[in-house]
Amino acid sequence: MMILTNPQTENADARRTAGSVSAIEMRGVTKTFGEVIANNNVNLDIRYGEVLSLLGENGSGKTTLMNMLSGIYFPDAGEILVGGKPVTIRSPKDAFELGIGMIHQHFKLVDVFTAAENIVLGLKEEGRYDKKEVARRVREICAKYGFDIDPDQKVYTMTVSQKQTLEIVKVLYRGAEILILDEPTAVLTLQETEKLFSVIRNMRADGKAVVIITHKLNEVLAVSDRVSILRHGEYIDTVNTKDATEESLTEMMVGKKVELNIARDDIPDKKKRLSVEHLSVTSPEGVKILDDISFEAYSGEILGIAGISGCGQKELLESIAGLQKTEDGASVVYSDPEDEQDKQLIGTNPKQIRKLGIHLSFVPEDRLGMGLVGSMGMTDNMMLKNYSDGKSLFLDRKQPKELAERILKELEVVTPGINTPVRRLSGGNVQKVLVGREIAAAPTVLMTAYAVRGLDINTSYTIYNLLNEQKKSGVAVIYVGEDLDVLLELCDRIMVLCGGKITGIVDGRTARKEEVGALMVKKV
Amino acid sequence: MNSLISLLQAAIYFGTVIMFGSLGEILTEKSGNLNLGVPGIMYLGAISSLTGAFFYERAAENPNPVVCVLIAFICAFLASALGGLIYSFLTITLRANQNVTGLALTIFGSGVGNFFGGSLNKLAGGVGQISVSATSAAFRANIPALANLGTVGDVLFSYGFLVYFAIAAAIVMQWFLKRTRVGLNLRAVGENPATADAAGINVTLYKYLSTCIGSGIVGLGGLYYVMDYTKGTWANDGTIEGLGWLAVALVIFTTWKPANAIWGAYLFGVLYWMNYYIPGLTRYSQELFKMLPYLITIIVLVITSLRKKKEDQPPANLGLAYFREER
Repeated sequence: MMILTNPQTENADARRTAGSVSAIEMRGVTKTFGEVIANNNVNLDIRYGEVLSLLGENGSGKTTLMNMLSGIYFPDAGEILVGGKPVTIRSPKDAFELGIGMIHQHFKLVDVFTAAENIVLGLKEEGRYDKKEVARRVREICAKYGFDIDPDQKVYTMTVSQKQTLEIVKVLYRGAEILILDEPTAVLTLQETEKLFSVIRNMRADGKAVVIITHKLNEVLAVSDRVSILRHGEYIDTVNTKDATEESLTEMMVGKKVELNIARDDIPDKKKRLSVEHLSVTSPEGVKILDDISFEAYSGEILGIAGISGCGQKELLESIAGLQKTEDGASVVYSDPEDEQDKQLIGTNPKQIRKLGIHLSFVPEDRLGMGLVGSMGMTDNMMLKNYSDGKSLFLDRKQPKELAERILKELEVVTPGINTPVRRLSGGNVQKVLVGREIAAAPTVLMTAYAVRGLDINTSYTIYNLLNEQKKSGVAVIYVGEDLDVLLELCDRIMVLCGGKITGIVDGRTARKEEVGALMVKKV
Repeated sequence: MNSLISLLQAAIYFGTVIMFGSLGEILTEKSGNLNLGVPGIMYLGAISSLTGAFFYERAAENPNPVVCVLIAFICAFLASALGGLIYSFLTITLRANQNVTGLALTIFGSGVGNFFGGSLNKLAGGVGQISVSATSAAFRANIPALANLGTVGDVLFSYGFLVYFAIAAAIVMQWFLKRTRVGLNLRAVGENPATADAAGINVTLYKYLSTCIGSGIVGLGGLYYVMDYTKGTWANDGTIEGLGWLAVALVIFTTWKPANAIWGAYLFGVLYWMNYYIPGLTRYSQELFKMLPYLITIIVLVITSLRKKKEDQPPANLGLAYFREER
């Protein structure tokens, strides 16, 4: 077994005494991606016989930090000590050899393989590949920790929870002593979560070190011994769970309010543009992604949508844009300013929505995936929205070209030329092209998702100004964001989603950050 | 009866060429590389074995059959593996489009084959047709005691050793993919390279090796074609290319299982030659019969697509380049 070659096995007995022996120490670890600092000078202490929660909002750098332990990323600066000795982890293989196993959010399993085949994948064990022997050892591990898994079951027939169990068994089979679980409960039902927690407790009792990455406070309190908090890539603090409360943790997680000085005008004479009622969406796996959502959006207003990512934001915008299949009984009514009639959007497709004279512009989360064609230049990307206009057999390139040049000038897009493939532009410039095009379509409702993700400060402000101008000209803006400080300064109202439900709609002018933070993790 | 025997024999000759082609391609595709250069690689294997044998036979006064076989075999395998290496470098290291690269390799291989084939014919002088008779005879040698067993001997034992080698290769490959750790790792690379990478498998190495070795096996199809099928001669008639595409079709027909390539290849052979043994066909209706292997492949595709059985699908990552940092 691999663990036999593991240098720290010597103090295996000491480890069983639980909670005091350090498994991993991270000292001053820093990781940057281009200009974005994902982790800045982070210190972390993981101990055997203990469950450590790594708590933080989305984008706070939790997963990045753990990926440096699992060999996916390599730190720019800082030190990692395993069992007191400094180590270099350059690949997932190095991590295995140090006894570190990470269960990623996106499972790393081969669908057409059986459980047992997935478990032995890539292992350099002595001797022949003996299916029966593998199955026997898998059952042994299952019995020890209370897993329920059939070694001969194919992965594609498994439920999400079974796949996760398989991932855990896989790292245990490889002799992992330190387990890192990345948001393990995100995909589980309540009962499955309970089962997972009992397994985690069994592992703790067995002297393993367990880290769970999470943003759910109730889980932190339920399963962990200590909590380390990250915010915007900075290490905040580590506290004992028994001394912590939901309130104290929320405060550390979202932090104090930061003044950003984003302009916010009050537009009089708001008119109802969109009213959404009883909107529910179920994923193909049968999980409720949106649960009975009802709200209204007004002209001359920026409606912010806050929430931990994956709480249904994407599906909500896609439902309104006609890209998402909704459950029966949903209603999205659009009040057309031109003929002052109410029009039902459910049951129409994106093209019909446009033909009806309804201007919905949608800046998707995945800029290059859904918004733009990476290999085409700015001009061609402008044409994507209106190539079917006009009666001529040939395309009219003149207008798109003018539009592209206008966006280039007004939004200060940095590009070698309007025909340079947009893929080669930096993230901020791609975003400007996309937002510019959507705004040029003169929308009455403008929906944006994570419009400033990955952008530098100046570009972010350019985008905020653009949105504000739209608001002034009477557009109903829906802004899905992840930075609470921005949401609180930019938006007139903030709707908070948690687990596909609305946990509250607050006034952006008066709401406090802690209030929104609490709504983001509120159980319903 | 006689015509049935000769149909079966023709099917086995024919099937052996495409069996090598599809076995090599299965091995390649299992790593996620869709190498459409099969016809070109067969050309490379064919022409290099012919060239090697030609120069050896010209240099040696009494060519030794074993040396003949070794030279032709090694030349074919190495030249084809080299073709695979070109493909690997372009698609794995430089991440070029696999379809384009494969098709380019086909064009390249047939060009090289026909160019040097013509040159060899000229070098050979005389009637303008080269013949490596000693090497071809060595490849076609059978065991007389078995071959003379009447009908059984005719159908089962009248062939050169490559026919049996192909069957053995299919069985070994099936066992390798299903029952060994390396085979398991290789399949994982083709199914989900990110997972394989995270499990500590060297994805690039696996892709390179399986593509190069796979190409080498494809090239043996070309070797068998020139040494046995056409008895050591060369003709610029494009037959190899047609066989190469049939081998690619056979890969789909087998649903990526080497063991199926054995009977699949012979079935394709029977279907392809059937028109000669059905009386009363015109030249035009003969051509219709030659379509049958392709037609059957389409039917297999339709059936497997309808059944949606995961085990019968191509490797999930077939045709896609893998780049670790792309997420």
